[in-house]
Amino acid sequence: MSQLNATKVEKYRNHFLREVEANVEEGHWVKMCMQCGVCSGSCPLGPYWEHPPQEIFMMIRAGKREEVLKSSSMWFCTSCYNCIARCPRELPITHIMHGLAHYAKRLGLAPQNQATPKFAQYFWDNLYNGGGRVNELKLGLSLYFMNGLVEGIKTALKMRKIGQGMYFSKRMNPFEIFGGHSCKDSQGLKAALNKAREIEEAKAAQFKG
Amino acid sequence: MAEKKLGAYICKGCGIGERLNTDQLANVATREGKMSFVKQHDFLCNSDGVAMIQADIDAGTVNHLVIAACSRRAKTDAFNFADVAISRANLREGIIWVRPATAEAQETTQEMAEDYIRMGCAEVKFINLPAASNEQSLVRHVLVVGGGFTGLTAALEIAKAGYQATIVEKSASLGGVAAQLHKRIPNCSPFAESQSNGIAELIAQVQGNNNITLHLNSTVTQTSGAPGRFEVKITQESGSTITANFGSIIQASGFKPYDATQLLEFAVGKSPDVVDQLGLEALARQANGGKIKRPSDGKAVQSVLFVQCAGQRSNKPGHLPYCSGHCCLTSVKQAMYFKDSDPNIDAMVVYTELRMPGAGGEDFYRSGQNKGITFTKGVVSEVIPNSGSLTVKFNDLILNEAVKQEFDLVVLATGMVPNSGVNIEEVVAAPEEDKTEAKTATAAPVETKLAAESILNLDYRQGPDIPQLVHGFTDSHFICFPYETRRTGIYAAGPVRRPMDMNQAAEDAAGAALKAIQALENAALGRAAHPRVGDLSFPQFRKEGCTQCKRCTVECPFGAINEDEKRYPLFNEARCRRCGTCMGACPVRVISFENYSVDTVGQAIKAVDMPDEFSEKPRILLLACENDAYPALDMAGMTRQEYSAFVRIIPVRCLGSVNTIWISDALNSGYDGIILMGCQKGDNYQCHFVKGSEIAHYRMSKIDDTLKQLKLETERVKTYEIAITDIQRVPQLINEMANTIAKIGMSPFKF
Amino acid sequence: MVKQYSFYPGCSSQKLASSYNQLRSTQSICEVLGIQLNEIPDWNCCSASIGYAGGGELPRLTLSARNLALSEKEHPGQDFIATCAACWLSSREANDRLNENQQLKTEANEALKEANLTFKGEKKVRHMVEVLIEDIGYEEMAKHVKKPLKGLKIAGYVGCQTNRPFGIAGESFENPVYLDKMIATLGAEPVENYDKKVSCCGGALMFSEPEKSQALVKDIIQAAYDGGADMIVTPCPVCQMNTEVYQEHINQKYGTKFNLPSVYYSTLMSVAYGKTAKESALDGQIIKAKKLEEIAAK
Repeated sequence: MSQLNATKVEKYRNHFLREVEANVEEGHWVKMCMQCGVCSGSCPLGPYWEHPPQEIFMMIRAGKREEVLKSSSMWFCTSCYNCIARCPRELPITHIMHGLAHYAKRLGLAPQNQATPKFAQYFWDNLYNGGGRVNELKLGLSLYFMNGLVEGIKTALKMRKIGQGMYFSKRMNPFEIFGGHSCKDSQGLKAALNKAREIEEAKAAQFKG
Repeated sequence: MAEKKLGAYICKGCGIGERLNTDQLANVATREGKMSFVKQHDFLCNSDGVAMIQADIDAGTVNHLVIAACSRRAKTDAFNFADVAISRANLREGIIWVRPATAEAQETTQEMAEDYIRMGCAEVKFINLPAASNEQSLVRHVLVVGGGFTGLTAALEIAKAGYQATIVEKSASLGGVAAQLHKRIPNCSPFAESQSNGIAELIAQVQGNNNITLHLNSTVTQTSGAPGRFEVKITQESGSTITANFGSIIQASGFKPYDATQLLEFAVGKSPDVVDQLGLEALARQANGGKIKRPSDGKAVQSVLFVQCAGQRSNKPGHLPYCSGHCCLTSVKQAMYFKDSDPNIDAMVVYTELRMPGAGGEDFYRSGQNKGITFTKGVVSEVIPNSGSLTVKFNDLILNEAVKQEFDLVVLATGMVPNSGVNIEEVVAAPEEDKTEAKTATAAPVETKLAAESILNLDYRQGPDIPQLVHGFTDSHFICFPYETRRTGIYAAGPVRRPMDMNQAAEDAAGAALKAIQALENAALGRAAHPRVGDLSFPQFRKEGCTQCKRCTVECPFGAINEDEKRYPLFNEARCRRCGTCMGACPVRVISFENYSVDTVGQAIKAVDMPDEFSEKPRILLLACENDAYPALDMAGMTRQEYSAFVRIIPVRCLGSVNTIWISDALNSGYDGIILMGCQKGDNYQCHFVKGSEIAHYRMSKIDDTLKQLKLETERVKTYEIAITDIQRVPQLINEMANTIAKIGMSPFKF
Repeated sequence: MVKQYSFYPGCSSQKLASSYNQLRSTQSICEVLGIQLNEIPDWNCCSASIGYAGGGELPRLTLSARNLALSEKEHPGQDFIATCAACWLSSREANDRLNENQQLKTEANEALKEANLTFKGEKKVRHMVEVLIEDIGYEEMAKHVKKPLKGLKIAGYVGCQTNRPFGIAGESFENPVYLDKMIATLGAEPVENYDKKVSCCGGALMFSEPEKSQALVKDIIQAAYDGGADMIVTPCPVCQMNTEVYQEHINQKYGTKFNLPSVYYSTLMSVAYGKTAKESALDGQIIKAKKLEEIAAK
């Protein structure tokens, strides 16, 4: 258990809903779910969710902290926004799922062996470290190798034809590996992102439940 | 009325002129229909056509007219002529819109039109103009039985409309259950907070109103008479009685809370910390905005559970099978009592289905969620009292798991039990011997059988209170005409007629008040109340033919017919809704209306030209209820659905008015098939006259004997329940009958 | 008169990135329609939808706020336009949420101060399709058609993020019709009742959950074939990529024989406007759009 997680557990014992409201993006909406289940039925990867959104909302209210935050469910969100468009209560469900996933990750509770949390983190790191723009080639390669060298080579071979296709259609630049696009003011951007993170952490810490 | 002057007007508009040979129709009207004159017009409903008819009427050349144009339901504003009898031949919706415009269909379509002309001419000759009997007077005074929220609101509405109201309240104080509430569910936007119950202000308004008279500690000990002339005895607890006259009556006798002590699994009675919703209101009133304390030890409640549907929406013995409608909203309101006093109190509502009725219901639910009330879909199985708390076992239906949780207080959302008075059908059914003479109640009601005290003590031969429908609620035509009971001029409002919250009760009170005012005004003019509003006709009765069989008095759905001292039927004109069920019931056909009689329909049936057995042109008679089936047939025409040219349709006021003589006459005169179309019957009735369709179905269930006597196949007569939306179904049913006849052959009774 | 817009191309539209072909074809139709796209100087990634894991709420909003602030500073009075669905969605969401929530706006500006920028919230964030429909109009779009796409039947695949949660103004979530109307405007025939019009292709999860996502794509392509489509057209770079490049994998796995070109609406327009195959970026197709090539060569 990460240090951050230990503090949160202590602070919100039996009050997971309030913890979610304070720490999770759009978390204050969770209590407004009316349990109709339209979100669960509208999700393209719904069958793979261990707990579909409707259930996640109920579990939060029932105080099932570990089960929710350790769940693989939210990581199956494809960001199709179908749930948002259809929710009769107009809950920003996609954002809440992203928010829960992000919060679980920060607490170190996100599933270790699932691909999406890793990929999502690579994506962010790629943009954060890469000068503010995403380098598709590096992103792709880090993805192939996320399960180790051997698996990575296998994946890369499997994807070789696609790579060639992308290259010949002028939609991939092998030289990106040596740098590629970035913002000129990448330092300013980094500073702004750091500041934003700092503000967000401070806000969460202030919340008294 | 003076001499009948007959004339017919044939419209050629809307394609009638192109599709039909109207000169030939005019010939039929003159030669066979014996009309003194026939006029054709290109566009009869326009101002020129209407002026032409009006001029004839004014000149005295016509007072009984046949208008052969569109359906009797169309262009009613144009063809609205005072003081004349009118019959309408439906050439448009009934013929050209349901028949193909082909050469091969032309012959049968024209024959159809000629028959409708014959039928119209036959009918109009037997119509007399009804007139008010001038026995009426205007009594601008409404009796309101019950001084709770509904009764008070109704009385105030009546007074505000400029009429007198008298409230009779059994208890010593006004306000009823509503006065026991700490707060009420909001009745206006934004529907976010519960609000003052407003009863003190309401009582003050009633007490300060000169048009309202109050009788506390009083009951109604006798009600006799009819709309416009009710005579009511009001008796005080002390025994002193006054008699007063009223034009109409509103029954707002409310409800009793369900007896929660039957709910053993929820520890009712075992722990004082398990209360029903009214019990919680009492606790909240004690706390008066402060922390609500639990009864057992006075500890401020830190956690509270609301159990929805406790002892209701359940088929277990002793439980209420229905939803009481207000309890979900009430639990939200009550959970807010806690959350508003301290947001850290855990307030949880366990429900199987939440229902938030009314315009603001969902907003109020949202507001409750916003305040942090937890809503859990689940079923509570047990409440176990233990030292210092209550253990509640429930199944979470979303997470599919059994949960055990501790609470300081448990509130049960139990249901409403109506105060409907005596169930007259149970009382009269008890001494019944002859099942075919259902509910004759010749014997006096057995006093010991009375489960409840009567509310109205009606001096009607049918029993002392208003008939109930299901679960003991007073019947009040729930689907079409709320507040209308089966006793004309007496209106039910509030939870006595169905479960409801205060917002709905306020609407009920206003609606019933307006209905009561309409009823007394109509009664004063000798006119019918709904649904034949304004109809001046009422049953005429030829005493010398009567065999005193009592079918009319028993079958009248509205208790309009008493008996005189010689046991002849005594018609109370103002109680009559003009459905004609008595006319349909009468085996010797001595009951009729001026404008609707055994003859008006019977002669139309006989007027149809009957081709011989070898013509391959069968004839199907369709008697269609004018309330739902006939409009559905019209709409089939509007949507151009085709049906057989062999059918002849006659609208009837209610299927209950169909006298079996029409059926046997039709069969005897060679009709090959007969269809009856009425409204839905039974507990979910849509029959505008409540029982008419049911009675007709019962009568027709016996028609097989007649058919067998005539050696005819039973498939030749069919009775259906039709909804106004059955636009596709009605043509199918007609065509099915045509196919049946094609299979089983023509009737041998063609003369 | 040339219409000026402040343009946010986004990472995948960069030179030699995955939707570079969209940028190329867009530029070619803008030339015809009198639209000038002024690239926002020094723009940054929007973090797309998948960025949530690493970036929290405020960092992500700050990313988009920076682009909006740059646009406000460099291109005053010009609407902020994106061609990429994710870029548009992120920017519009940030713009809306910061404008609706004063506290969030203050916080985002506190962060942006580190980069010497201020977000004022005075921009209208629009999708390129909205520019075409609202500022140009179907009638004007039709006027420039030189080579009507006669005989082509095309499945208009709208996908998710161009459609939800905002959607193109005036369109429904369940059955948006603008893409079909654009197809018809260019002289081609849209597949009617295209079953998978707004279904999800898996989005970014194509990388992390390839099998599950490819199953979704399989249905999208199958439905296009079932409707008799010669090709799929889409407004979204992720949709385009996912429906085009994995067809061989899908064929291997499911035994299908998919070989259906998937193009951008800008590709179609460019060809219909008489531009060459190269100007229309038809060389950017991995599955060659042969029928479009033929028309372009005429």
